[in-house]
Amino acid sequence: MTRTLITNAILIDPDARTETPGSLLIEDGRIAAILQGDDAAPSGQPARIIDANGKHLAPGIVDIGVKVCEPGERHKESFRSAGRAAAAGGVTTIATRPDTLPAIDSPEVLEFTRRRANEAAPVNVLPMAALTKGRLGREMTEIGFLMDAGAIAFTDCDHVVQDTKVLARALTYARACGALVIAHPQDPNLSKGAAATSGKFASLYGLPAVSPMAERMGLDRDIALLEMTGARYHADQITTARALPALERAKRNGLDITAGTSIHHLTLNELDLAGYRTFFKVKPPLRSEEDRHAIVAALRDGVIDTISSMHTPQDEESKRLPFEEAASGAVALETLLPAALRLYHSGDLDLPTLFRALSLNPARRLGLEAGRMAVGAPADLVLFDASKPFVLDRATLRSKSKNTPFDGARMQGRVMATYVAGAPVYEAE
Amino acid sequence: MSFEHTHLLGIEPLAPHDITTILDLADQYADRGRSAAKYGTALAGLTQINMFFENSTRTQASFELAGKRLGADVMSMAMQASSINKGETLIDTAMTLNAMHPDLLVVRHPHSGAVDLLAQKVNCAVLNAGDGRHEHPTQALLDALTIRRAKGRLHRLNIAICGDIAHSRVARSNIILLGKMENRIRLIGPPTLMPAGIAEFGVEVYDDMKQGLEGVDVVMMLRLQRERMDGGFIPSEREYYHRYGLDAEKLAHAAPDAIVMHPGPMNRGVEIDGELADDLRRSVIQQQVEMGVAVRMAAMDLLARNLRKRAPMESVMA
Repeated sequence: MTRTLITNAILIDPDARTETPGSLLIEDGRIAAILQGDDAAPSGQPARIIDANGKHLAPGIVDIGVKVCEPGERHKESFRSAGRAAAAGGVTTIATRPDTLPAIDSPEVLEFTRRRANEAAPVNVLPMAALTKGRLGREMTEIGFLMDAGAIAFTDCDHVVQDTKVLARALTYARACGALVIAHPQDPNLSKGAAATSGKFASLYGLPAVSPMAERMGLDRDIALLEMTGARYHADQITTARALPALERAKRNGLDITAGTSIHHLTLNELDLAGYRTFFKVKPPLRSEEDRHAIVAALRDGVIDTISSMHTPQDEESKRLPFEEAASGAVALETLLPAALRLYHSGDLDLPTLFRALSLNPARRLGLEAGRMAVGAPADLVLFDASKPFVLDRATLRSKSKNTPFDGARMQGRVMATYVAGAPVYEAE
Repeated sequence: MSFEHTHLLGIEPLAPHDITTILDLADQYADRGRSAAKYGTALAGLTQINMFFENSTRTQASFELAGKRLGADVMSMAMQASSINKGETLIDTAMTLNAMHPDLLVVRHPHSGAVDLLAQKVNCAVLNAGDGRHEHPTQALLDALTIRRAKGRLHRLNIAICGDIAHSRVARSNIILLGKMENRIRLIGPPTLMPAGIAEFGVEVYDDMKQGLEGVDVVMMLRLQRERMDGGFIPSEREYYHRYGLDAEKLAHAAPDAIVMHPGPMNRGVEIDGELADDLRRSVIQQQVEMGVAVRMAAMDLLARNLRKRAPMESVMA
């Protein structure tokens, strides 16, 4: 029986919304005891005692929507490199995206990724599967078989299922299976070819742009289909103020809907594209500062439930192109926590609220036991120094791809150690 | 006279005195162009490469002539026919050319920002000859010189820019330049051809052409960029001509001495009446072409002076 005691920590409990000094005992991969303040240590000698030096201990991050480029583009990111990046970033569970080459749309491909993940990644990997075959929006995948094979959720990622009849049927079938469907709310015609959000900035830079209204239109449609089908639904990224009233109303009306946003939309805005910096090109494109503020407020109020990294590795070649031609996406597993802590340091969000969105809510949505600071919960934990300053050097990233928008950025907050089922998977030097 | 720029990537980075510096020098070159002593030596010993990733006749010819008149060795490459079709990236192409040590690189590219990207990777002076919908600085400069010569000043004028603003890099560069020089700018066109957020540009926007033209000193027409449209911006060309094509009737609303400009190539009968375009009392379209050569000579001359200042030996040795 392995026992580890982490003492002298500030324990973040996102469920109770508290931060309390104390110690935590890990036994057999689970949280065995939580000791407030200077309570006496539990009976029996732990095998290992870790002094947290007054730093924060929180449930490990559960990240919905990580792209690992296996199968197909292992040179961009493998399960090994993504797993190491996640561990270094305090991310203990990744729900991986099926937008690979080929798409993960059959039990056979899903089993391949699960096998690869288990061999190579030090963190929990939960593969998602495509909602439609080839992510083409024509025929639903074998949702039942895929769930048996371990698919945690179903999504066509940034491909919007355009045919409403196809989506309605897939949602209906998914509901019968109890499957979670994750969609990218966006009107595909309005957003076709867009590289930026329409407005003064995009016009000045001469970039093809999409109105922020396209997101609300996509969400409105999906909400109507949820009323019709009753499916379990999660919007992968809500990034504009205009989409929020519809989301709020749908929740109030009792639909089974949750929504996430990406760390980039929470911490960057469209002005960051200045100089045509393609590392800031993400999908949907970065929004106005007003939208960013609205999304931060929605996160605080619980209208938006989860934060994800939307980790999307791209090699240098696909980014070193004129802006319109360059690939979208940014790596973010290792910068997710320090970037999210910007919202803490700016006074926008407290740490328990932040970890509700990073750990508790995504875990709940995926039906996992993780994400909680509670006795009996899996000991998936992140120990971090919330105020340690550093300058990010992209060459130090563990991801195979280095396409981060935060290269050279001053950040505050570093992971000291990450534990998965009680075992350290990352310890800072 | 000071001009402290390494490249000419757009009007945005230029200060009003930079613009005046270019125009003053271009004025001299324009006068010289009309005399027997057309040729100079300002670019002697320098290599100028024109890289056009998008079709162009007049801009390319204008840059070529400008370089030759100042003694540069000029090479023009039609990039559509080159290795770009074999999958080579823009940066690889740039690096390859850079290895041949050009001094001036003139680049046109269909994507906004592509010329900025290229300029980061080479160590010669880069001139933007048009990038996507972003900027076309030498066009705005030649328009400015034409206006200054016709009107005697380049400030406190009422200037209307008409037509397809959304797809036009010429419009963007002109709005920025004319704004910097403190003119009053009106944009006229159907709302579908206006870029988003245009009200924040410090301009007045009109969708009625006659109202928009009321009393203006300068009418700049834009080409309807049919090749940049993926359908459905206007109902038809004939309706467009009826509402937004410049003819004598609409022009009557402008000031009696208003000049008519067009960057070319013109779609006669779509955005401008053919007869009006040829009317030498109103149209300065031919002067625009003439000023184009002069402005490009001035811009390359000024950039070359900075090149020599930075590495005097290198350019002599080259």
